[in-house]
Amino acid sequence: MDFAFTQEQEELRREARAFLEANPEAPLAELRELGWLGVSVPEERGGGGLSFLDEAILFEEAGRALYSGPFLTTAVVLPALPEVDEQAWSVEVDGFVPDLLHVDRVLTQGMRSVPAEGEMLATMDETRPLGRLTSSDGDAVEGEWEPVRLRLLAALALEAVGIAQRALELGIEYVSEREQFGKKIGTYQAVSHPLADTYVETELARSLAYWAAWSVAEEDEGAAVAVAAAKAQCAETAVTACERSIQVHGGIGFTWEHPLHRYYKRAQWLDAFGGHAAVQRAVVAAALLD
Amino acid sequence: MDLRDTPTEAAFRAELRAWIGENLTDDVRRGRFEEAGRDWSRKLYEGGYAGLTWPKEYGGAGAPYSHQAIFLEEMARAEAPSHLGVIGLGMAGPTIIAHGTEEQKQARLDAILSTEEIWCQGFSEPGAGSDLAAVRTSAIQDGDHFVVNGQKVWSSFAHIADWCILVTRSDPDSMSHAGLTYLIVDMHSPGVEVRPLRQITGEAEFNEIFFTDVKVPVENVLGEVGGGWGVAMTTLLHERGTLGFALTAALEAQIRKLIALAKERGATEVQRDAIAREWIGLQAVRYTTYRSLTTLIKTGIPGPEGSGAKLWWSEANQRVTKLALELLGPEAQLVNGSSSKAQPGYWQHQQLRSRGNTIEAGTSEILRNIIAERVLGLPRSR
Ligand SMILES: Cc1cc2nc3c(=O)[nH]c(=O)nc-3n(C[C@H](O)[C@H](O)[C@H](O)COP(=O)(O)OP(=O)(O)OC[C@H]3O[C@@H](n4cnc5c(N)ncnc54)[C@H](O)[C@@H]3O)c2cc1C
Repeated sequence: MDFAFTQEQEELRREARAFLEANPEAPLAELRELGWLGVSVPEERGGGGLSFLDEAILFEEAGRALYSGPFLTTAVVLPALPEVDEQAWSVEVDGFVPDLLHVDRVLTQGMRSVPAEGEMLATMDETRPLGRLTSSDGDAVEGEWEPVRLRLLAALALEAVGIAQRALELGIEYVSEREQFGKKIGTYQAVSHPLADTYVETELARSLAYWAAWSVAEEDEGAAVAVAAAKAQCAETAVTACERSIQVHGGIGFTWEHPLHRYYKRAQWLDAFGGHAAVQRAVVAAALLD
Repeated sequence: MDLRDTPTEAAFRAELRAWIGENLTDDVRRGRFEEAGRDWSRKLYEGGYAGLTWPKEYGGAGAPYSHQAIFLEEMARAEAPSHLGVIGLGMAGPTIIAHGTEEQKQARLDAILSTEEIWCQGFSEPGAGSDLAAVRTSAIQDGDHFVVNGQKVWSSFAHIADWCILVTRSDPDSMSHAGLTYLIVDMHSPGVEVRPLRQITGEAEFNEIFFTDVKVPVENVLGEVGGGWGVAMTTLLHERGTLGFALTAALEAQIRKLIALAKERGATEVQRDAIAREWIGLQAVRYTTYRSLTTLIKTGIPGPEGSGAKLWWSEANQRVTKLALELLGPEAQLVNGSSSKAQPGYWQHQQLRSRGNTIEAGTSEILRNIIAERVLGLPRSR
């Protein structure tokens, strides 16, 4: 048993964090130049020849930076294609396509490759709008949807961990500086204890997300349950982490100007897309009880 | 990253399973805690499974922590009782290994593993609970011994204990963390009186201990005179199960039973959701423990991510046991109501016992303070 990333993977995390902190809105093409797309696709198919675990680090860091391009969807689609291409991809799940008009093509649950045409809908998380395809007709893509679905749910869970982590960091920074009644507000337990809970929950969620990523990378037979478990818990953790962070920020946390609401909306987006936590838990319950 | 057993780990697991198959009889499983516990503990000792991670020279197996994790997982899976000497094995022993003299190690450690000697922990006092540094039990040096006077409370197993790890104030003029001395005290010494306290469950597994002019030889100081605080912190670190394996294993056993109960009695959609939630939480705490363990193996220090294990586990155990009562329906109110003939009244007892989980070994509030201040680096509240 070895539950840690390798030194190379930790190095990738440092690079990703530094880059995304400096360029949170970098176009997808720049991420492609960095070699972040097709990471887990074998080299003979034009990929990086690494594992889904390497990609996992990028999803988590993209979440922490609230990266807004169609990175996640492109990355989960590429391994399903015969060859890594230069296009931006999204997926259609339950009739919705993230970033529809910011991508070139869409992979549907029916394994069709469809041109990205349709309407964009005003979405609560403005940085990740949902769209609807005009038509789901397209070219058949060989292979099954299930591995795409597993990668997608794991990636959503990983991104949620990044969101929770950043919401916690923002909370810690604020309560360590802000003073009321002559004291740093972080000394009040009604303020510090919710942050302690977020810390514990975020570490638990992180472990689930890594377990899910490992199960996907290894094509483990328990992967479907692992990704459902991780998606449920990580998204809920991210939502709660943001809510607690908003609360300890007081009025400023309630403003449009402060970044927290964008993290909060992303967290809720992640919970909803692909099925809310309760939907995921129903999958787990069926595996345990039926 | 590889979450599978290494070949060595797999071999250890297989060997252990075979050993459990041969040794864990139904008599042991169902027996009364104390007698059955002694027999079982003795078997574990003879099988070489007590003190797996302890150094070989003190009777341990010198095995890596991963084997300890596997051991606890397999014990939980087999529903085996735990080693009777929980305080000796989990707290007194590791503290002696860390701070003891060679004589103390030779004299005490092997008897802990074999359960020849049972230990109790005399930390809490009527006026010093969460604030351990407020202890007032005095130990005044008089030549080659200390004279101990005072009262301890909530001391688990003191009624069957042979030895006690005792935090005392050796400098009467001192306050707070300074002036404390950590003693190991023979519970059979004249002047030691134990009075059992009946608990919420009806049983009496914790006690008051009164010390009246009890003589403790100076050789029984653990660490330095006046250095008791640091030694006590070592004990607490082990008590709170920094590595969380034991907690994970206990929860795994509970959730297995919960799932079996739900299958037998049926569960509503809401209950199914709650069961799934707890199972997911169990995986989360298990893998967090593994992450912390990997950090320990690679760096020698357990990662901070494990610091929430006890806090989280205690609350999860409270939810799980309550959920089980709900599945039992009105029968939950019968003292012996149960679906399992082998363990009548199991959940009723477990649910009440679980209320202690958020108090013992550091209350949840204290653990949140520790995480806030030491892990998150928030400004200190005191
Ligand atoms: C089942 C069980 C077994 C035990 N076994 C042992 C044993 O073997 N040996 C032993 O020495 N002790 C044992 N204890 C005692 C246990 O360690 C103490 O009960 C515990 O430390 C709390 O102390 P207290 O009971 O004095 O409560 P207090 O410290 O008075 O706490 C009362 C309440 O106030 C809260 N509180 C206190 N200080 C703060 C603070 N700074 N911030 C926020 N909230 C605070 C607490 O969280 C708690 O909710 C056991 C307890 C139980 C329940």
